[in-house]
Amino acid sequence: MIELIDLHKRFDDQSVLNGLNLTVPAGRITAVIGPSGEGKSVMLKHMIGLLQPDRGDVRVEGRSIVGLRRSHLNQVRERFAMVFQNAALFDSMTVYENIAFPLEEKTSLDKEQIAEQVATALQEVGLRNVDHKYPDELSGGMKKRVGLARALLLKPEIILFDEPTTGLDPVIRRSIHQLIRDTQAKFGYTAVIVSHDIPDIFEVAHQVAMLYRGEILQFGTPTEIQHSEHPVVRQFINGSLDGPINSGVA
Amino acid sequence: MTLLLQKLGRITLTLLQELGRTGQFLVYAFYSLLRRPGRPVHVLKQVRFIGAKSLFVIVLTAAFTGMVLGLQGYYTLTKFGSEGMLGTAVALSLIRELGPVLSALMVTGRAGSAITAEIGIMRISEQIDALETMALDPYKYLISPKFIAAMLSLPLLCAIFDIVGIYGGWLVGVKLLGVNPGAYFTEMYKSVEWKDVYSGFVKSFSFGIIIAWIGCYKGYFAGHGAEGVSKATTESVVLTSVLILIWDYFLTSVLL
Repeated sequence: MIELIDLHKRFDDQSVLNGLNLTVPAGRITAVIGPSGEGKSVMLKHMIGLLQPDRGDVRVEGRSIVGLRRSHLNQVRERFAMVFQNAALFDSMTVYENIAFPLEEKTSLDKEQIAEQVATALQEVGLRNVDHKYPDELSGGMKKRVGLARALLLKPEIILFDEPTTGLDPVIRRSIHQLIRDTQAKFGYTAVIVSHDIPDIFEVAHQVAMLYRGEILQFGTPTEIQHSEHPVVRQFINGSLDGPINSGVA
Repeated sequence: MTLLLQKLGRITLTLLQELGRTGQFLVYAFYSLLRRPGRPVHVLKQVRFIGAKSLFVIVLTAAFTGMVLGLQGYYTLTKFGSEGMLGTAVALSLIRELGPVLSALMVTGRAGSAITAEIGIMRISEQIDALETMALDPYKYLISPKFIAAMLSLPLLCAIFDIVGIYGGWLVGVKLLGVNPGAYFTEMYKSVEWKDVYSGFVKSFSFGIIIAWIGCYKGYFAGHGAEGVSKATTESVVLTSVLILIWDYFLTSVLL
């Protein structure tokens, strides 16, 4: 379980998180939706200690990770994996080397065992014959799959997805969502997905949180959120230009 | 007046903050270096990149520097009838000053800028964040190998620079202008002391630290987007070059 308690974060003059509270239940898929630039990725980075809050607390399985020394933070991070918006694959390494890298660095497996695990991970995400390719030779969807394969490899308890389907066509988007749902059902990890994909995300998530102006506006099941009467939630889900959300469109 | 003072205060504070962060980065880099020096394969890759791949530009620069020294030295020394001292002049200029400084400046231009660009791109494309989320220390994988490689490579490149430069001077002085070959080398052996070689070694070793330090620091804290990386790269080359020249003066005054 991950708890974000009264989280505040400011960058220079811009306040991004304003007392955000959220409890992410273990073994479930929680989606965080909300307009762009409202602090969803910032919130995600607080969960894994990539950013430190100005005020408030972040607890992973009851243990606060705020202000931890790097070595202690790394112990907590052992339970995590993160799939980044642009996959964040190491661009000087091939797909094989990217996936094998954490195994080579963190385990004592021999080359054959690593090769076996990499092959299984690639098979898991439906990729074939891409081992020798570099990230810039892959399509957006393939990169996301490689990112997920790398994330799944060390069998994490929690996987954070930062906009895993941004920039993908509807078919690939759906296949990535399907992949997340299948792997979550298979391995039982806790998933937090930051997403804009309305309404697709409602089919994937067990819970949905709506983030607006640095706070969680509403939290509930996909059905509850879809039937919300809150004007901000309604406007966001319907994608309407009229409403309280300042879309910046005149 | 108050506005001016406020502005001055803000600039001073920013400068002090930046200085503190730069110093902290160096301290943590050394701490990591001692605790987690990184796997030999990562270090060797960096030695190849910083050292071996700089060899061509070092040899080229050294040859022409030595040849210019030979040419200039010959015409100056001829005025005093001491062209036999040409070997000494070339060797001492190279070993004490030009070898360490010019080789460091060449490596700054070739490898220092690339270090900043590489780490900067990794920063903006979240590859450094990816390392952190895997509970892998970026200092161990990115910073420490570059520090070790720069500290190993610079003295070696400097030694190559000195030797090639001395032969460049020999080519012009002895082969083209007719200086006695025996005098060129004998006078050199008599005048160059261990202290000169040692000071050149200390200089190039410390220049290696400066190149890795500023190159890694500027990349690690690069701003946003391509513009941020390009700005960081420019700042890295300028700051490293200036620091090398200032530190050279300081070391020369201490080691002389």
